[in-house]
Amino acid sequence: MLEHIDEEAAASINFTFDDQVIKARLGDSIASALLAAGEIVVRSTPVSGASRGPFCMMGVCFECLVEVNGVPDRQACMQPAVEGLVIRRGGGR
Amino acid sequence: MAGDAVSHYDVAVIGAGPAGMAAAIEGSRAGLSVIVLDEQELPGGQIYRAVERAPRARLRILGDDYADGGALVSEFRATNATYVAGAMVWNVNPQLIIDYSQDGASREITATALVVASGAMERPTPVPGWTLPGVVTAGACQILLKAHGLVEDNLAFIGSGPLLWLVAAQMIAAGKRPVAIIETVPAARYAAALLKLPLNPTALGYLRKGAKLMRTVKRSKAPIYRDATEIVISGDQRASVVNFVSGGRGHQIEADLFALHQGVVPNQQITRLLRCEHRWDERQRCFVPVCDRFGETSVPNVYVAGDGAGIAGARAATLQGRIAALRIAEKAGRAVGPSTSLQASLCREASIRPFLETLYAPSAAVRSPAAETIVCRCEEVTAGCIRNAVDLGAPGANQVKSFLRSGMGPCQGRFCGLTVTEIIAERKGEAPSLVDYYRVRPPLKPLPLSELARFSIEPGTEDRVE
Amino acid sequence: MKAGYDVADLIVVGGGIHGCSAALHAAMRGMSVIVIERDTVARHASGVNAGNVRRCGRDFAEMPISVHSMNIWRHMVDLVDDDCGFQQAPVIVMAESDSDLEVVRQRVADVRLNGYDHEVILDQSQLREYVPSAAPHCLGAFATLDDGHAQPYQTVLAFQRKAQALGVRFYEQTAINTVRRSGADWEVIGRDGVRFSGHYFLNCAGAWGGEFSRQLGEPVPIEPIAPMMMVTNRMPHFCDAVLSLVSRPLSLKQTSSGTVVIGGGRRGDLVPGTLSGEIRFTELQLAAETVLSVFPVMSAAKIVRAWTGIEGYLPDRLPIIGRSSTEENAFHAFGFSTHGFQLGPGVGDIMAELIATGSTNAPISPFDITRFNHDGAETRAKPANGRSW
Repeated sequence: MLEHIDEEAAASINFTFDDQVIKARLGDSIASALLAAGEIVVRSTPVSGASRGPFCMMGVCFECLVEVNGVPDRQACMQPAVEGLVIRRGGGR
Repeated sequence: MAGDAVSHYDVAVIGAGPAGMAAAIEGSRAGLSVIVLDEQELPGGQIYRAVERAPRARLRILGDDYADGGALVSEFRATNATYVAGAMVWNVNPQLIIDYSQDGASREITATALVVASGAMERPTPVPGWTLPGVVTAGACQILLKAHGLVEDNLAFIGSGPLLWLVAAQMIAAGKRPVAIIETVPAARYAAALLKLPLNPTALGYLRKGAKLMRTVKRSKAPIYRDATEIVISGDQRASVVNFVSGGRGHQIEADLFALHQGVVPNQQITRLLRCEHRWDERQRCFVPVCDRFGETSVPNVYVAGDGAGIAGARAATLQGRIAALRIAEKAGRAVGPSTSLQASLCREASIRPFLETLYAPSAAVRSPAAETIVCRCEEVTAGCIRNAVDLGAPGANQVKSFLRSGMGPCQGRFCGLTVTEIIAERKGEAPSLVDYYRVRPPLKPLPLSELARFSIEPGTEDRVE
Repeated sequence: MKAGYDVADLIVVGGGIHGCSAALHAAMRGMSVIVIERDTVARHASGVNAGNVRRCGRDFAEMPISVHSMNIWRHMVDLVDDDCGFQQAPVIVMAESDSDLEVVRQRVADVRLNGYDHEVILDQSQLREYVPSAAPHCLGAFATLDDGHAQPYQTVLAFQRKAQALGVRFYEQTAINTVRRSGADWEVIGRDGVRFSGHYFLNCAGAWGGEFSRQLGEPVPIEPIAPMMMVTNRMPHFCDAVLSLVSRPLSLKQTSSGTVVIGGGRRGDLVPGTLSGEIRFTELQLAAETVLSVFPVMSAAKIVRAWTGIEGYLPDRLPIIGRSSTEENAFHAFGFSTHGFQLGPGVGDIMAELIATGSTNAPISPFDITRFNHDGAETRAKPANGRSW
């Protein structure tokens, strides 16, 4: 399990992931918030439908592609967690 | 294409890690107009990522080398350089017209000189099961810690390289001992590497540092397995167990997160896009841009500084950034001193590399994966399929790409390119330098069609450094 | 293969679709053949084009040879033991305005007048059956319902493999500088003393074919251009057809993997001193605008890659096919002006017949090199209804 090593955050940032509420902190990316919440599957691949999760956390592997507020294929590790985002798992086609 | 609507700078720097920041500092000091285009939201690159907002406890865990980055960031912030955060550069051409995207809109600038300081990325580490959720890179673990204050309490490291020991030691400092270090370094490498160890204080300093990290890990009683082979990660829907052979017998380790590492390699995307000449470095086992001693590539006025020029670490990156900026300033007719002492320091910093590269050369298994192992993660192309394409007549990486779609996914070949080159080279019995690498074409990262449709050349909003 | 010297009946310079197709067909007629390619086979236009296999929209001069070539495409497996990724698909050219509709009507009428029936008119509702996601302002189209597309690189490689199986020798990474007579034969010479000789010489050097026609004393006004293409990420399936527009440059198709390949001929910039081109984003921006105006469903698409190919462009947009006008036993098949891929299988067959037997019934006189005089200017006026897509 991923654990926070800093003190408890002042306020939590809430967003939804496939309609489930995820609590994030200031400084989280969408990917780190999802991982911290135990959500390691963030998309299924277009070729085989295999489950994938974040891999490099620095924007080069393009595994963490999610839909953010209706826009598909956003890199979750490059987007800060912001209150009210509607995130959906990236789907294969 | 350039009109008076497009902003022009003496120097454009891509990347705000130590190399980029140092180039900006030195360039500004010499009186040049500098713009730094950074994909991240805060300066620091990966090695000093988020250092500006790291709480004290995090700084303690991450160590002095990281914390020292804070000083460089402050110095960078204090310059006149224009710092553009959240800027994704998607095109550069040899005329140094640079297109980038920020907040959903694309803009263009031009420059007289370019410093490519986009750093390194993890070497691709194809092993069976590496695409399962729950498998990450060692670098990803460190980013989780540095940028987000997160540490995994049930993690196994698999692979080799100094970063592996550093991240393990940092996790232990955070109170979370890894469940296993599964190192893939063959025993014979130690002797071979020692032959390459120079006896100067800088190199020995690095050696001492590395030894200290290893001692920290050993003292924590984290199980360490040496010379591991036949690594297979498996699990149902997510990675849950790794099987491997070490010390002559089979082992099985369960964990929630698996961190792979086989060293880092230059991120070639920009230098390849610019059609800089590259050479295959046999000891680093990767392509590096061909540069003169100032970091200038085969494309005039394009310089590379930092790990993008060849892996040499943060201190070397800072030196290279300064050397490149001084050279640019000199060519621009500014009165600057020679960079000879910087060059000498750079030599000293680089002197540990032959030892490290020999010791931590990538494992044979990731260079030549088993047939069923996925090599191109995006398009799910296996090593066996690639070998097949070679047998059918595909002479190089680009033809394999045309055949199999490897390298055509969103990562644009970043995580399969080196492996594809190595597999083809082995199959053909040819040197990797002859096989070469994927042709890189724009955009450097996927660009929304609608953003391109709206693209027009206007002055960008520039974040003046506060 | 790399060697100092080799001999064959037929020397082909250029390893794209036309060189490989002619080589295969010549070998099938019992000739010994050498193909010499400066880079690797299909490295240039033949390997990176959109892969459209169409009769639709062609200049009338090209129609017979296009139909001939189409018959080969339909049975490609029989010829090269590989389906080349060929898939049947409608090729549709959409009208966006009433004046476009008039062009459509005239076009199909002219095609019928010339004795062909492969192009039909689609009215608004018929168009929507094939292209449900076309923007509302698309009023109709002309189309060829049983055209198609294929995988360019796979295709040329298949021709090469089959040709090799029949004894054709390929020399890649071998640049040829000079073609010259050697008694009754031809000699082509490269760097480092590389030499090939043969009784017949065929110039399939694509965008660079003008150099060899010049050496034969028949220069032509060929211009290398760098048309641009781009491909998107995978998208939900929305289109089975290959789309163009009557009066704006666009070529679009969705591949079986869901990616959308966009071309249309907008030009990038040639990089001087190299064999490559560079994207001109101000032009590509117009292509992006065009795509979105016609397919709003692509609003979320991302461009994953943009590239150029190098094509040889002649002012009348017709290739040069046929005998040399100045030299015996020398032939040309180059300058296909961005629409040579589909013609490759058929033109190779025609060239092999012409070379092996001395004549062909195929109507290739419109492509004669003599339509350009010796200053390289055009001598023959273009036919009035020469509009093509």
